[in-house]
Amino acid sequence: MIEHTSIRESSPTIDYGMVDHPGPVSWSDAARRDMAAIFARYPDKRSATLPILWLAVREFGWISPQVEKIAAEILGRPLNEIHIVVTFYTMYPRRPMGQHHIQICRNVSCWLAGAADLSRYLQQRLGIGPGETTADGKFSFSEVECLCYCECAPAMRLDNRYVGNLTKTSIDQLIGEK
Amino acid sequence: MLKLVTKNVGIENSHTLSVARSHGAYSRLEAAFAMTPEALTAEVIKSNLRGLGGAGFPAGRKWSFLPKDSPKPRYLVVNGDEGEPGTCKDKIIMIHDPHLLIEGIIITCWAIQSHKAFIYIRGEYDLPVEHVEQAIVEAKAAGILGETVMGHDFALDIVVHRGAGAYICGEETALLESLEGKRGWPRLKPPFPAVEGYMRCPTVVNNVETLSYVPYVVEMGAQPFADLGSERNGGLRMYSISGRVNRPGVYELPMGTPLREMIYDHAQGVTGGRALKAVIPGGSSAPILTPDEIDVPMDFDSLAKRGTMLGSAGVIVFDETVSMVEALKVIIRFYAHESCGQCTPCREGTAWLEKIVERILDLGGRPGDVDNMLRISRNIMGNTICPFGDGAALPVVSCVTKFRPEFEAWVRRGQPVTTLPVREAHIGEPVAAV
Ligand SMILES: Cc1cc2nc3c(=O)[nH]c(=O)nc-3n(C[C@H](O)[C@H](O)[C@H](O)COP(=O)(O)O)c2cc1C
Ligand code: FES
Repeated sequence: MIEHTSIRESSPTIDYGMVDHPGPVSWSDAARRDMAAIFARYPDKRSATLPILWLAVREFGWISPQVEKIAAEILGRPLNEIHIVVTFYTMYPRRPMGQHHIQICRNVSCWLAGAADLSRYLQQRLGIGPGETTADGKFSFSEVECLCYCECAPAMRLDNRYVGNLTKTSIDQLIGEK
Repeated sequence: MLKLVTKNVGIENSHTLSVARSHGAYSRLEAAFAMTPEALTAEVIKSNLRGLGGAGFPAGRKWSFLPKDSPKPRYLVVNGDEGEPGTCKDKIIMIHDPHLLIEGIIITCWAIQSHKAFIYIRGEYDLPVEHVEQAIVEAKAAGILGETVMGHDFALDIVVHRGAGAYICGEETALLESLEGKRGWPRLKPPFPAVEGYMRCPTVVNNVETLSYVPYVVEMGAQPFADLGSERNGGLRMYSISGRVNRPGVYELPMGTPLREMIYDHAQGVTGGRALKAVIPGGSSAPILTPDEIDVPMDFDSLAKRGTMLGSAGVIVFDETVSMVEALKVIIRFYAHESCGQCTPCREGTAWLEKIVERILDLGGRPGDVDNMLRISRNIMGNTICPFGDGAALPVVSCVTKFRPEFEAWVRRGQPVTTLPVREAHIGEPVAAV
């Protein structure tokens, strides 16, 4: 018999620990206006769940138990349904993130172009592993699956833009600029 | 070389309305509105335009499955969730020619008589989201979208819906669930989306690239478009070529272009002049081919006949220095990570496959492990709600079967092959960089 490990536990990129906001959270007026525009796009309220959660990330930085609660209220859905959605997707952060998020692709085309080596290099340089944030709060690091930028492998997503044809030198430069 | 959907790539500000219009955007709308929806659908059927998201289903035929008498609203859902490893094409259209996509959406909505379309774009695609959203705003302001479309008594609204990181949401029914605000768990079919799709209403789901060819079917006429490709595979398509080639990139080529020509002519051969070891022809879910199998036309039917698939046309090239055991580990890790967890054979099977291949690579392989991998894969195939399970199992079966001695060598702890480092430098991108 081999001991059983579930996929979730063995996955290095998913962390189920959720961190709450220290104080109470509430939507800003701007967020409430954007919310109205979001709801207007869909024939029902439930369809607005993903965009409302994106709005929450913009507003509060990450989805905490408190944020789940106010999102559930706005959407008129039970809290557990919101939690199921939040934890299904990889892009809703569930804890405070660093100022910059480095997501390096580990899938096959990038791997063929040396991504594993670059990932190790980055981890050494930053002193953190996948799913972690540097002590000064500057960088968070993740290994992710295919970004579909394979034509420019090895590739990463740095905050909200793609960077390809990576080398150690270009990584040094990108990090140095931040 | 004729280019259609990538024609405007490289033109400055090609994503803005004024530049797009001066290069032909929206010029096919009048001709489309002059046709009845039925005639337009018949034209697309005749063009042999296939679904380019992966399954290759004839586009026009899918449209014709919508129930004629349903009182419910109809929806068009555009699949821009691009996620198949080795595929990097839809973003090029969304970034460089969003107005072409919108034109394709308008024509398709006229054909299926839908007044609302959603474009589901993967969450990581910030620039594509930005350009498509801008294009919609510009098109609305110019009277191309809204209560009327360029003066025609036809209302159309397009909404961009951003995903949040889940490969499975590219599968059409998972995508619909996700659009409805749920986790992306695929639905059992039937009912097919054409009958019960978004909000249980008749829905057509089509890929970004598929819809971007629709204006060209109208412009050229069905037969000339069909003639560009091979039998029953009309037109051109975008081939993403990556991995160990000298010139990786996205190439728009006629359907049925031979795989050998793609690797050796367009992508300028294997890195460093090394020998070819294997090719995945259609994204990582497609069974792998060996060098003696590359004289094959790259279209849906030819590849299916050879036991693999064209899928999303993501061509991934492996040279002689790559360990197929290590490569398979990278592939399997992806499926284990992305399995949505709904069906037990897939959830457990992919996790076990990953565990076993890792164990083999840690020199802890056990005598029955290679057969175990085949057995687990066969237990996944056909036993899941959606084709993800097959997509995970097929590459394992093909890779283990075709490179069995390599796997056995690792298990025996003989002289296993390990992957050598890559090329030093990269040559640029033939179609475009983001
Ligand atoms: C696991 C899985 C992932 C898929 N991912 C995508 C995708 O990222 N983009 C896409 O267009 N189709 C994807 N598909 C195919 C869709 O289910 C569907 O066939 C397609 O969007 C229909 O559009 P088409 O007929 O224009 O190709 C995927 C299918 C499966 C089973
Ligand atoms: S494999 Fe890295 S972007 Fe596709």
